[in-house]
Parts: sequence; C-alpha cells; structure tokens
Amino acid sequence: MLILSSLLLFILLAAARDEFQEELVIRPLHSGDIYASFQFRTLWDTDFLQEGQKVSHYRLFPKSLGQVLSKFSVRELHISFTQGFWRTMQWGQPFIPSPPGAELWVWFHDTVSDVDGNWKELTNVLSGIFCASLNFIDLTNTVQPSASFKPLGLGNATDHRFLRYATLPREIVCTENLTPWKKLLPCGSKAGLAVLMKSEKLFHSSFHSQAVHIRPICQDEQCSSKAWELRQTLNVVFDLHTSGQGKKEWSLFKMFSRTLTEACPLASSSKVYVDITDNPELFELSPATPLLGQAVVLGDRRTYSVYDLIMPTSSMVLSPCALGDMLRPLLHAERYVAGFGLQTGEIHTVIYNNHPYRAFPVLLMDSVPWYLQLYIHTLTVTSKSRDNKPSYIHYQPAKDRHRPHLLEMLIQLPPHSMTEVTVQFERALLKWTEYTPDPNHGFYVGSSVVSALVPSMVAMRTNFTQDQPLFSSFVPVKEESSYFVRVYTEPLLVNLPTPDFSMPYNVICLTCTVVAVGYGSFYNLLTRTFQVDEPSPPLSKRLANLIRRMRGVPLLT
Amino acid sequence: MDNSPKTENSLTIYPFVVPNLLISYCCILVMPEKQRGRYAALAIAAVVIVVGIPLWWKTTETYRAWLPFSEISELDSLQLQLSVDIEVVFSRGTLTPEQQKKFPLSHVNEKEHQVDVSIPELLTSPSTEADLSLHMLSESSCGSVVVYVIPESSTLLPEDVKVYVGQRRTALLRSPPFKTSWNLKEVLSNLDVEVEQVVSTMSFGHQDIVAALSNRVRMTKVTKESMADSMRAIKSSPGYEITFSLLNPDPKSHSLHWDIEGAVQSYIQPLLNKLAPIANFSVDSQILYYAVLGVNPRFDNSVSAYTLSADSLSHVINPVEARLGSNAASSNPVLNFLLYVPDAHHSPLFIRDHSKRKVPSNAFHSPRWGGIMVYNVNEMYGPEAERPVDININMAKVMGVFLAQLRLMLGVQHTHPPTGFVLQSPGSAGLADWELDRLLWSRSVENIATASTTITSLAQLLDQIGNIVINDNIAQQVSSAVTSLQSAVAELEAGNLAFALQYSREAILASERAFFDPSLLHLLYFPDDQKFAIYIPLFLPMCVPIVLSLLKIVSEAKKRRADKQAKSD
Repeated sequence: MLILSSLLLFILLAAARDEFQEELVIRPLHSGDIYASFQFRTLWDTDFLQEGQKVSHYRLFPKSLGQVLSKFSVRELHISFTQGFWRTMQWGQPFIPSPPGAELWVWFHDTVSDVDGNWKELTNVLSGIFCASLNFIDLTNTVQPSASFKPLGLGNATDHRFLRYATLPREIVCTENLTPWKKLLPCGSKAGLAVLMKSEKLFHSSFHSQAVHIRPICQDEQCSSKAWELRQTLNVVFDLHTSGQGKKEWSLFKMFSRTLTEACPLASSSKVYVDITDNPELFELSPATPLLGQAVVLGDRRTYSVYDLIMPTSSMVLSPCALGDMLRPLLHAERYVAGFGLQTGEIHTVIYNNHPYRAFPVLLMDSVPWYLQLYIHTLTVTSKSRDNKPSYIHYQPAKDRHRPHLLEMLIQLPPHSMTEVTVQFERALLKWTEYTPDPNHGFYVGSSVVSALVPSMVAMRTNFTQDQPLFSSFVPVKEESSYFVRVYTEPLLVNLPTPDFSMPYNVICLTCTVVAVGYGSFYNLLTRTFQVDEPSPPLSKRLANLIRRMRGVPLLT
Repeated sequence: MDNSPKTENSLTIYPFVVPNLLISYCCILVMPEKQRGRYAALAIAAVVIVVGIPLWWKTTETYRAWLPFSEISELDSLQLQLSVDIEVVFSRGTLTPEQQKKFPLSHVNEKEHQVDVSIPELLTSPSTEADLSLHMLSESSCGSVVVYVIPESSTLLPEDVKVYVGQRRTALLRSPPFKTSWNLKEVLSNLDVEVEQVVSTMSFGHQDIVAALSNRVRMTKVTKESMADSMRAIKSSPGYEITFSLLNPDPKSHSLHWDIEGAVQSYIQPLLNKLAPIANFSVDSQILYYAVLGVNPRFDNSVSAYTLSADSLSHVINPVEARLGSNAASSNPVLNFLLYVPDAHHSPLFIRDHSKRKVPSNAFHSPRWGGIMVYNVNEMYGPEAERPVDININMAKVMGVFLAQLRLMLGVQHTHPPTGFVLQSPGSAGLADWELDRLLWSRSVENIATASTTITSLAQLLDQIGNIVINDNIAQQVSSAVTSLQSAVAELEAGNLAFALQYSREAILASERAFFDPSLLHLLYFPDDQKFAIYIPLFLPMCVPIVLSLLKIVSEAKKRRADKQAKSD
C-alpha cells in the first residue's frame, strides 16, 4: 500500500507540472504618483492544441480559459481592459501597454478553417467570462494587421489570416470585470498578493488596467519542451500626491487599505519589487530589505529592493518617500482630430523620437471605423517639415457596414524629431438605427498603435533565465541593442452629423395631415350636393310675421 | 393613402362641371345633382374597401410560413405503443414432443396503462414468439429480451429462485408445472405472468413509463419514490458535461493529490462507454482552492467532530457554485461532483441525516445538479506534521460514491424485482445490457414526450400571437421535428429501440432549435398603441367622411322607402 501510494505520488508529481508565480512591482513616478504593477503567471506544460487528446484535468490553470483555448484552437490570446489613459510623457513606459477600453487580439492555430466564425464565437464566450461587452466585437471593428501584432510566444506564424485584432475604446471597466479576473487566480483574492486588490481602492485611481495574456512558451533555454503561459497583469497608478496632503509618502496600506501578510501557498515564488533607482539615498524603506536586485527593462537599468514573501521576515508595510528624475521616454505618440463642421475632418497623429542621435523605424497601425471615410490620397507624412515617405504601406479600405479601414505604415523617425501623419476624412451619414443611444456624445475611434524596436541606452539581456523578474520577461528580447516598445495614442472622439430622431414620426404625421386635408376637400367637392335655397324673407317681414302670429292674424307672404 | 389615385381620377371630370351647372340649372337639377354626390361617395367607399384595405392588409402583414398544425394537434393526443420482442426458449425436457409439433406461433399480449385521463397509454407487451429449438442465441438486438425456460427440476438455479436475470438481455425462468395435455398456446399463456414480470424488470414497467412522462403529464397516482427517481434524474439532453472538482479550502495545511485522470479511466469511462448511445459525455476536472461551503458546520461534543445536519445541506451549494464556473465551450447540462476536504480546523466533518445518524458514505447529492462528498483527512497525519501535508486521496473510495450518484443522475433506476428474482451484479461496466435497455426505453418515451410538448406549445404560441414572424427555416425545423417524432413513434411500435431513440433525439433537437430561434422575437414587441399612433393621423380624417356619407345615404334611402310606402298606402 505504501509503495503503491508513493508510486502514485511520483506519477502525480510527474504529471502535474504546473507552477504559479506572483509579483508586485512598485515604482514611484516622477509626477508624484505611484505605479503598482501586479503580475501572476501560471505555467503548465501541456498542449491545448494537440490533436486527438483533450486536456480536461486542471489544477492551477483555470478550467474556463483552458476550455476556450482548446475549443477555438487559440494559439495566443491577449485581452486587456483599461480605464484611464497612460500618460507616457509623465509616467514613462508601462511594463505592459494597453489602450483605453478593451483590446483583444488573438492568433488562431493554422488548422482553423473558419477563422471569422471562431472569432465571433470566441468574443461571445469571452464576454461571458469577463462580464464585458466584448460581444460588440464584430466584423465592422475587427482588423487583421499585417505587421504590427506578431505572436509573442512560440511559433513564428506570419500568415495574418489567423490574426484578429479589435478594440472597444468605449468599454468602461469596473468591479464586475475585476471579480471574474480575480477568480482566474488559483488563490483567488484570499491569499497572496491578490489580497491587496480591493476594488474600491483600485478603481479610485488615475489609471487602471487589467489584462490576460495566454501564449505557448519555451520551458527552458534550449526550448526542448513547450509550456503554456497564462499571465494575468494588473496595473494601477495611484494619485497619492493629491490625496496625501502634498506629502510624497506612500505605503501599501495607504494605497490598497490592506497589507501583505503571506504568499499564496500555491505560488513557487512571490516577490515584491520596489523601484529605488531614481534616488536611492533619499529612499527610506521600512522594513528595510537586504536584497537588492537589478533588472534591465525597457532600455533602462533599474535597481530594486526585493521582498520575498515565501521566506517572510515580518509583515510588509512599506512607507518610503522621495522621488527623483526620470528617463525621458524615447518614443511617444499622440493623436487628435482637426477641422470644423460636420462634414470633413483631419486626423493628426504625431510621433516623437526623443533619441538625441539615433533614427529608428516605427510601425504605425490605424484602424478607423467605416463611417469616417478616409481620403487616402491626402495622406501625408512629414518630419522636420520635410516629406517622409513611408517605406511600407498596407492599406485596406473600408466597406460600408462590413469592415473598417486598416492603415499600416513603416516610418523612419529621424533623431530628435517630430513626425506628423495626417489624413483627411469625410463623416458618413448613418442610418437612424445605427446611432448609439447618445449620439451627440460622439463616436470613438480606437487608439492607433505605434510599435517599434527602440535603440537601448544599456545592453539588454537576451539570455533566458528562470529567475528573471516577471515584469522584465514579457516581451522576448532578440538583440542586445534595442528593445520592443508599443505605444498607444489617445482614442478619438468624433462627432457625426446626427438627425432629429423623432423625425420619422413627425414626417408621418405631417404627410398624413397634408394628405388628409387634401383628401377632405376633394371629398367634399365630389360628394356635396349644391341646391339653391329660397332667399329668406327680410328681417322686418319676419318680425311682422311673428307679431301677426301672436295676434292670430294671417301671415304675410 | 391607397385610394387617393382613384379619387384624383374622378376629380378631373367633375370639379369644372359642377360649379357651371349649379348656377343655371340649380332648380331643375336638384335630383340628378343629389344622385351624383351619392354615387361619388359610394364609389369612393367602394374603392377604399375593394382596393385600399386589401392593399394595406397585404403590405403590412407579417410573413408566416405554413406549419403542419393538424399533425401537431394530432401529437397532442399521442398514443404510444411500445412493443418488446420476447423470445421464449424452452430447454430440453420442458415440453413434450406433442407440444413441440405446433409451431411457429406467436401471440400478442396487450396491456393498457392508463396514465392520465386525457392520454391513454397503450402498451403492447409482448409478441411472444415461441422458438422451440434450443439454439442458444448469444447476441440479441437492443431492446429485446430472451427468456430461457428450464425444467422445474433443474439444479441450475438455487431452490427458491424462480427467475435469474443475467448481465445481457437474457433471463432464466424456472417453468411452472405443465400438464402434458396442454398444447403450446396453453403452455405459453401459463407462462404469461412470469414473462410479464421479467419484462417489467428488464425493459419497463408501468412506473417507468409514468416517470418518463412526468414532465408532460401531471400525475396523481404516482408513488413518491418513482417521482423522486424521475426528479433526480437529469433531463434528457444530447450531451452532458461531467465535472469533478476537488475543493481544498485550506491549501496551507493540505497539499492534496488526486489521480483523477486514472480514476476516470478506470471507473467512470466504462460506464460512459456503455451509455454512449444515449448521449455524448465529456469529463473534466479542476481543483479549487479556498472554496468554502456555505454553511458553518457545528461542533458536536458527543462525537468530537463537526457535523452538517441534513436541513442545512440545501445551503451548502450556492457559494461553491459561484466558483465552479460554467462550461464556456458548450451549453450541455453540467453534472457536478465535488470532493470537499474540510480544512484542518474543521475536521473531521460528518454529514448527518434526518434521524441524526452519521451518513456512512459522508456524501449527498442534489437532484439534477450533482453530488458532494466530504473527505476527511485529519487522521492521515499527526499534529506535528510539517505543513502543508502531502495527501493522496483514495480514489477508489471516492469514485465508488460518485459512480453511484452518477447512476442516479443518469436515471439508471433501482429496480425492485419481485420475490424469487435474482439479478446478477452488473460487473465492471457498472451497467448491465438490460439496464441500458431500461434507460433507452424511458429516454425514448421522455424524448418523445418532451419534443411533442415543445412542438405543441410552440404551435399554440404561434397560433395565439399573430405578430410573430415565422420564417421558412423555423417551418422546416418544425416539420422535421414532426416527421422525426412520427418515425420515433412508429419505431417504438415496431420494437426497434435503437432507431426510436435516435429519431426521438432528432425530434428534440429540431423542436428546441425551432422554439428558441431568435427570429421569433423580432416583431413580438411591436405594440398596438404605436401602430395606432402611426395610422390615426391618416386613417381617421379619411374614414370619418366616408362613414358619415354612407350613413347619410342609408338613412336617406330608408326615408325614401318610407315615403314611397306612405304614398302607396
């Protein structure tokens, strides 16, 4: 019996090769805000897409997502829900960027024959899982970018027929999205770092973004075996400067109104990093930690104080203060709509290269709804007041009510420059049922996406190590001299000409009245009979007759 | 709107004529002028009635495809005839040579099951074919029954056993004493009672049919037990999801391992393979941490353990269910089986029944939802053990309980054989062939009942609400459901159980697709007051003059007739 059970245990340990890691990075920002970034990673060396074998026994990996992956043959899935806009110029680059609203992009496996059908069903299922209105994703806001969104995991799929990308810039993120997201964690919000996620604090912030990324990755450096990675990230920016009476002090309790006591018992690693690069001598961390770590992330070498929750010292209350300067983001983009009136307009996208001496190319992707009819011949790209010809343009024109415009360009940004991309558009008149319930609010146009390999100031680490912090290992680094950055611009809010919505009824009433009046007079003319009446006797005669009648005398004629 | 062209036509002639004539001929033309106005009013009214109203009706009517209403109403008073092929094999020495001479012979034994006043159930059981050869048939077709009659003195069965039911579709029957002078028919009719008992054990009895129809028919004379059986069993569906969840509320003290994959392979899969003709099953499992029951167990000093009373069990499931998650990939009904390992501070935990006794299996089930088993682990480690403690769960014990619950949920009912019957245990598959047949019989009847209810209520709905658009695809689904239903009934009558089940499943699928089609809802909420709001500005001013002038014409005609009568008098 003993042998049997130990044998069983061995089999179990061999079979259940999944692990869970959690991590929190806190970075005081230049503006006085605090950036807190949670990352939870579940690794499972199984294959959801294997033919003939169904994955059906789950341990740490959430069952609902696993079933979705195998049913829809998903190779890679990235979904993010964001409330607020990331201010790159004030806050620097985020670890994992996301546009305002909801964003979903999915690579399907190349055995899928009906990609559109799978995509439609997948969005419906995901909208159920995350309590979001992802079911509003349809062909009119889905695009297939040819170059901007490459798979982040294993497999160099290049056929963008299997890629679908959609954003819902209007999506409002709130607790009902956070609760199902927390449910996907093995420990829920009962233990580990997730106890900090109290929704009334998380949503009382300048920026909130939660995301789920699923992709196949290598188990080790040799890539001998494949594993599926589920990465759940949550990024918050707290505006403590205004709420903390001007003091540059923060603590976990102040931010989350909770403190950390223990790691999730299922986690193999559970760490808290505090970024102390900017001004190490001014920082005062309590409790102090002997552990210091360095990581190269987004082209910058940062120093961190590391707290390991698995080997606990005491309960964590961090209350450091002070701030320093920040590295200016090398790449930055913004966008606005120009023009007047309700007929035409112009979209301006401005991309800044802040690198003092290096030029580098960026990929700009724009997905514009069909009701803004782009005049692609007016497309101009200027940098330093000179024409800058894109070396690659992929343009897919919109079809009314069927698909949006997709514009992708590879633009070379000169060093220390500002590049402006403008294109004119005409606003379409929609059918009266196509307007949203509050049409005068305007229509959102999703963020444009700037993806680039930005030259790095310091050497990036290309080797793969298991003990690398999670936040620095999301995007694979291919070469030492540059790092990958994706920047999202602001979404646009465009006014479309709106009709008077009571008009159909008014028109019905008016025409009916006109028809009825005309009809009535004709009918009268046709059917009324005219007769000549005998003229009535004059008034004096009638009076006289009246008196005569009273007197009983014969009447006058 | 519709009659305006016509009015204009008549207009072109009259307006100029009328004023000119008026002045000079007014006195002379009084009568023709009145006549003309009357004719014009009548002509306009005629145009409105003959052209306008039909045109308006035609352009605003909703599309309604043809539905086989008469066949559907026939379904409403459906008579099911179930027939079972029964082969009676007489072994050597049971019959005399004279009796053997007269064959083949078959006789039909009919039995009527009155289920409800409105729906009589006609049950034909069984067309007994006497096969006198002792040729052993090893394979018999699905739904049929073979009865071997052995001599009274045979030692094959123990002394007090009258009937032995095997794993397959066979039964051994100890023959009652015959008179040698009887002919075969008399012998068979002598066997009737026993054969009937065998059939009601191995195929279906009155209670099974009643239970299968319980969704459709409100019953009064059903025993409580069979009602409970029918309510416990999950409703018939083309597929089921079976989810095993291990609830570990305390991962800090217990690190639980369960070999669910192996357990499913060795315990659950054989049963599911056997049940494959009924539905598609998919099995999955998950481990949920920090999942707690909805009730705080009470500490009982007398047994020094925590207990859950039977009354509080109904509150246990709700908070757990929020964590279970629905199946994202399919919409089939889910059967949940939860294994709950109580946390270290609330161990051991026992379930008590209504009479305050410990439930030996420490498990309970919720009808049509699934089962929960409490698995205590506090005895597997000492107080000084290092946390978390690695614990392997004994899957044989767990699966024994879950398998029993699964059988209940799937409607494999406990049979109560008459005295003198011996049933062989079902063996490794967990299900004997005849048990499967029982399930197939009741499922076919249930499917037919459900599908016909769906179709009749859909037809009723469509009949009552004239606003609903009936598209061609719905009409097609409805008629395919009706044809499948009819063929299922016919197959049941012919005794082809497998085909009957297949047709009944098709009928259910088609009827549900028709019933839940979203296109039915498109115009449902187009309220009447909006319609009136749109029509009144046009119709009221147009119709009032027409009606008034018609009334005037009628009253004038009446008056004239009265005058004429007075004159003639």
